[in-house]
Amino acid sequence: MAATDKQPGRTRLIGGPGILLVWLYGVMVVGAVSRSAVQIATEFGKAPLAYSLSAVAGLVYGFITYSLVRGGETARRAALVCCAAELAGVLTVGTWTLAEPSAFPDATVWSDYGMGYLFIPVLLPVTALFWLRRSRAVTS
Amino acid sequence: MLDALTVATAVAALALAAWCGWAAYRDQPTKDWHFIGMAVVTLLTLVQLVVGIVQLARGEKPEQGTTIFVSYLIGSFACIPAAGFMSLAERTRWGSITVAAGGVVLAVLQVRLYDIWGG
Repeated sequence: MAATDKQPGRTRLIGGPGILLVWLYGVMVVGAVSRSAVQIATEFGKAPLAYSLSAVAGLVYGFITYSLVRGGETARRAALVCCAAELAGVLTVGTWTLAEPSAFPDATVWSDYGMGYLFIPVLLPVTALFWLRRSRAVTS
Repeated sequence: MLDALTVATAVAALALAAWCGWAAYRDQPTKDWHFIGMAVVTLLTLVQLVVGIVQLARGEKPEQGTTIFVSYLIGSFACIPAAGFMSLAERTRWGSITVAAGGVVLAVLQVRLYDIWGG
């Protein structure tokens, strides 16, 4: 926080609603990363695709969280791209798990559009995209 | 013992969520009283963490595995303090909403803990 305060040139992305986004993304980072870490370490052979996808989701969440906290135009653009990728991922994997459940012997973070996580995985990128677009409108 | 604590923590977490949600509805940041509430809920999760570890030490086994059980206990304990610090940094209604979201997340964690222990 202190670091961003000292540099007024950087767009602050965690003011107001942004703080809620950071919190939810932070929760998803811990959820996805720890879940995939445990599953990959103990039972990777059971559902390699599902666990790898959870790990990738965790990395994407981590990057978005970092970008939001860091702030600035580059970070905002990077986060925007990642949120779009995340939304595409949720929609693809969500549809995939519904269309072909046999490919996923165990659930991923994005299974059934993130139903196991209160649909946060599908709601979060949409909210974040709106927020990141608005942040540019305010600063320019 | 552990099941009763889990239920109590889940109820307290939802109450905290409602309280901070109300503060956000009235366009207020989190105040001292809210932080006392967060401290109470955090204390419950701390007691739960200790009781959980004691149960493990006494040789009882969680249904879905010890690693997952302990990670959820630690996650529950860290949840509200993390949200609390974020609300200190954001002195608007959005700080209150963040703590409210933290309460909901903690309640979900408690439901999962209940299943993991096999209650």
